[in-house]
Amino acid sequence: MMITVHKPGLLTTVQDRGRTSYQRYGVVVGGAMDLFAYTCANILTGNDPSAAALEMTVIGPKLSFEQDALVAICGADMKPTIQGEPVPMWRPVYIKAGAMLEFQSASHGIRAYLAVSGGIHVEQRMGSRSTYLRAGIGGYEGRALAEGDQLTWGRSTSVSMAIRRSLLEWDGELQHADQDWSGGSYIAARWSISPWVLPRYEEHAQVRFLPGPHHGMFREESLTDLEHGTYQVGAQSDRMGYRLEGKRLMLRERQELYSEPVTAGSVQVPPDGRPIILMADRQTTGGYPVIAQIISVDLPLVAQIPPGGRLSFVRVDIREAQRLLLEERRLLAAISASVRMRVQHA
Amino acid sequence: MRYVGMMPLGDHAIMVKLGERPEEAFPSIVTLLAYLDDHPLPGQVEIVPGYTTVVIYYDPAEIEALLHSPGSYHTKSICPYDYVSEQLHNLIQTLDARDAPPAREVEIPVCYGGEYGPDLDDVARRNGLKSEEVIAIHCSAAYVVHMIGFAPGFPYLGGMDPRIATPRKAVPRTSVAAGSVGIAGEQTGVYPIETPGGWNVIGRTPLKLFRPERDPPSLLRPGDIVRFKPITEDVFARWEAGT
Repeated sequence: MMITVHKPGLLTTVQDRGRTSYQRYGVVVGGAMDLFAYTCANILTGNDPSAAALEMTVIGPKLSFEQDALVAICGADMKPTIQGEPVPMWRPVYIKAGAMLEFQSASHGIRAYLAVSGGIHVEQRMGSRSTYLRAGIGGYEGRALAEGDQLTWGRSTSVSMAIRRSLLEWDGELQHADQDWSGGSYIAARWSISPWVLPRYEEHAQVRFLPGPHHGMFREESLTDLEHGTYQVGAQSDRMGYRLEGKRLMLRERQELYSEPVTAGSVQVPPDGRPIILMADRQTTGGYPVIAQIISVDLPLVAQIPPGGRLSFVRVDIREAQRLLLEERRLLAAISASVRMRVQHA
Repeated sequence: MRYVGMMPLGDHAIMVKLGERPEEAFPSIVTLLAYLDDHPLPGQVEIVPGYTTVVIYYDPAEIEALLHSPGSYHTKSICPYDYVSEQLHNLIQTLDARDAPPAREVEIPVCYGGEYGPDLDDVARRNGLKSEEVIAIHCSAAYVVHMIGFAPGFPYLGGMDPRIATPRKAVPRTSVAAGSVGIAGEQTGVYPIETPGGWNVIGRTPLKLFRPERDPPSLLRPGDIVRFKPITEDVFARWEAGT
């Protein structure tokens, strides 16, 4: 049960849902930047929703599979191929032993997720398999994947087995009917997550926010600029934070603040007035005023904006933010249930 | 106990402000933290203290399920945030900061000056003190750990004597060794991992403040009391060698 890395891509790391319960010790949460795509990939392979997957960034890797494996690719379009044949995304794919899975540069987003049934198997550190790059902890030796690395995967769940069986049965029927199909190195499911419910990764994203704890300390015109202006994602944006260029956001009066907890989606404003959106690998606490807090369901859209891309902010209230969050949970539960139904009836 | 205010920190965390200044908020923060560790709220995920606030992360779906469970007396129009803030509002009134659990005391051995504390003499000169006096003052105080942040295991300590306060270095060092004990303005702290930094480094401890293989991974916890104790280079070397 081995995956060999032939080309690592630009930044490919092992990620899961992140490291919780250790923030009070200064340990960053980390985890997948686009939790929606990551979760879908796990659901489509029958995995536990917090199984470890590969997060691929901007340019994807080239990987070979030593044994047959059930995988799913979700997120940005990195034009994946298996043995040179284009392979569809957002659905289960059965890869046959020896096949080469290759990704190119991403379009429509910058991060894609590869889940393998059983989950990428690396040691858990502080309850998570996520790679914490700055501290060199977790994931594969605490670092991004490199050429020659070999990954293994864990035990499949009963749902994974059922998905696998349904794909193999279909493959058998096709071969029996002597139909021509996609080359023989993989079997992709005929169904996928409906394109209707998939997020649209745009280079100009509209993201919704709640006022942050220090919203009221900003000048009136800065609050207007935040809601009506457009901000560009700077080149120095990474898993820790996105630096934004646009109208400067200024406090009514300069004030030193005490450090307080911050979280993913917190929009911090340093004294130069240029906002920073904190992302998965952010510090646990911060001393800059937090003007806004991007809502959970829109963070995947931010994670998929390339440097140079733009975003605009739309204000919502806590009720609306939580209604949207619960709606997304229900959607994921429905996707999960429909996967199980399909394969049980196959 | 009283609180100053509550606000959402996004859609799955709530920030409770327990005072305007750290010293004033500290007893309430420690009390609330200890209580919630032992008696978690429904849906509670984790708690992170700050200088004047406590943030409680929660799972809105778990609370939504509770609000819709048969027999729930809550009106269905409230959102998970309303529920959590109501619970906290009621809880905080019943707590008394005088019931805070006794603080754990942690002694941190420090080899001051020399190669381990290159800025000790500078800190002394700027404050019109002798180096030995800086050490004596730094070692005489009991420091409270307000919070851990900035880097894994990095303690924000309160209680430093202003007589040894020293502004940050104009040019930060590109690398400060793990274990370095420093002063920045009126704060003192210990670098848990090697990192760039602008603090005046006055000494170094052989203790590991961040040890990811252990649980908890941080030597210090919010609420602890820290005392520094001077050790010689020989003791430092023996400590590092594990004898």
